[in-house]
Amino acid sequence: MAIRLVTVALVFLAVIISHAFPWLKTPVIFSLCNGLAVLGVIVLIRAGQVSFGHAMYSCAAGYAVVFSARAYNLDGVLLILIATSVATLFSALLGLFIVRYRGIFFGMLNLAFSMVLYSIISKFTTVTGGTDGLSFARPQLAGFVLERDVFETVLLYAALAAALICGFLAQRYFESAPGQALAAIKTNETRLEYLGISAKHVFWTGYLFSGFLAGLGGSLFALAQGLVTPEMGYWVRSGEFVFIAILGGAGHAIGAYLGAFIFEFVRFYAAALLTGAWQLTLGSVLLLIIFMAPEGLVGILARRRKPMRKKIM
Amino acid sequence: MTTEMFMLATLDGLTAAALLFMVALGLTLIFGVMGILNVAHGSLYAIGGYVAATFGIGIDKFGLPPALYLPALFLAAILVGPLLGIILELGLLRRILGKDHVLQLLVTFAAFMILEDVQRLVWGTQPYFVSHVMNQFGNTEVLGIMYTNYQMIVLPVVAAVAYYGLRYFLSKTWLGREVIAITFHREVATAMGVNATLVSLLTFVIGATLGALGGALASPSTALMLGVGADMIVQSFAVIAIAGLGQLGGAALAACLIGLGRSFAVYLMPELAVLTPYLIMMLVLLVRPEGLLHQPA
Repeated sequence: MAIRLVTVALVFLAVIISHAFPWLKTPVIFSLCNGLAVLGVIVLIRAGQVSFGHAMYSCAAGYAVVFSARAYNLDGVLLILIATSVATLFSALLGLFIVRYRGIFFGMLNLAFSMVLYSIISKFTTVTGGTDGLSFARPQLAGFVLERDVFETVLLYAALAAALICGFLAQRYFESAPGQALAAIKTNETRLEYLGISAKHVFWTGYLFSGFLAGLGGSLFALAQGLVTPEMGYWVRSGEFVFIAILGGAGHAIGAYLGAFIFEFVRFYAAALLTGAWQLTLGSVLLLIIFMAPEGLVGILARRRKPMRKKIM
Repeated sequence: MTTEMFMLATLDGLTAAALLFMVALGLTLIFGVMGILNVAHGSLYAIGGYVAATFGIGIDKFGLPPALYLPALFLAAILVGPLLGIILELGLLRRILGKDHVLQLLVTFAAFMILEDVQRLVWGTQPYFVSHVMNQFGNTEVLGIMYTNYQMIVLPVVAAVAYYGLRYFLSKTWLGREVIAITFHREVATAMGVNATLVSLLTFVIGATLGALGGALASPSTALMLGVGADMIVQSFAVIAIAGLGQLGGAALAACLIGLGRSFAVYLMPELAVLTPYLIMMLVLLVRPEGLLHQPA
């Protein structure tokens, strides 16, 4: 119940904030995009694995948007479709290799791949624009040429719809048989194999889904920003995704968006105060959450009901 | 490829390997005893380097004798390693011993993030390059190329001393055997009267000092800047993954593989140089997921 209330409140908050305070529209879009990528990280956390390189899928999607926008001047909807497919395909391919590993190896291999992508993008300046990144003209959306303001509003609702649909899908996935099998990778992989289910395949499906989510978030982010830089795939970004996932909590899909909203707005208002100490703050808060509230915000929401149950027992 | 280039690449590679090996040695030692991959190990490397560079600048500023340049490097490692090591072990790692691996990774990753900003706040963003020690040792001509004695002799010697010293400590001293006992089975070792908590702390400090020493010794020959910690932790992880987690001897081989691979790539295919450590790691893990020197139990 609490979770449903939070979802509705969050949707209203997103809509009201961006209409009442137009300058906050971009942070709202960004937090929805981040929320999508974080949801991808949460899918993996359900399997007991943490990826320190998931920003690479957002980054891949971002560059897919910018390349196809500059080369073919495509429609925004098409750009999102292409970029998300590219990221999904990318994760499907890398997944073939990465899902063989667990724990430390899984985390570090993702980090290694993301650093490879980051350095390739930064090095090949002629193609990718190097660390300055590449910008592109605002594309049409579903055939309409839109002003900047309208474009952002449409993008906001698109991101909101995507976030809701993906959150619903993720929640359905968690409750489905493959989703339960995914959670079994965390609890007991051997028994999963005894049941005749291929743990590798289950995990690969989860990895694919998480790559899709990160890619969708990345392509919307690129459209909203109109500029793509290698920073999108830097390990700091991946670290932020993991941070938000832990802050929000992996217990429910809403944790991703709740965490992402708080993160984006704290950054929007506090970053100026904390210049140069941003990562220090993130790291400290991360430690606090891990030691004080390991289930994240979702855990705190869900915890309120538990004492009642205990009384009944 | 000419002979000169071949020699240069080989020497560059071995120098890099010596440094990488020291850092990886510390990382794998800590993993062996505590079962934790310390992501903050990269920060120890970076901070060791920064402190060493600061000492180098300080020696110039106060007009101290140049003979102090080399001892200052070791002093930096001996200060940074135990100080940060004790803080990290007592404050964080001790609390997460034996917990979920994801949790352990997250906690050390958080420490890494914090230390990354500490570097930025203390030393700023401009690169440091303090090469007095390297100039002090002079150059030698080898097969037609000039190469610094510091990189050619000092670094490999220190790495070898660190390796053999650690081997001697682990196999010949009482304390070292206690470390080995904990690596095999923590609970049984405790039951036999080993103070696992104290030995873990000590091992962590030794490992941390090795990481800081790697950074301190790297500071004269490489520029220190933000991000070296991240680069180092991934590379030294690659080394211990190739070697097999907890394998000391394999780490030397793996460090040479990565060091040489990278330096040859610099001369042959500069664009791919950054990728070589990862490519080597992926190739090895594809063929032998447990690492090159892993012996099946």
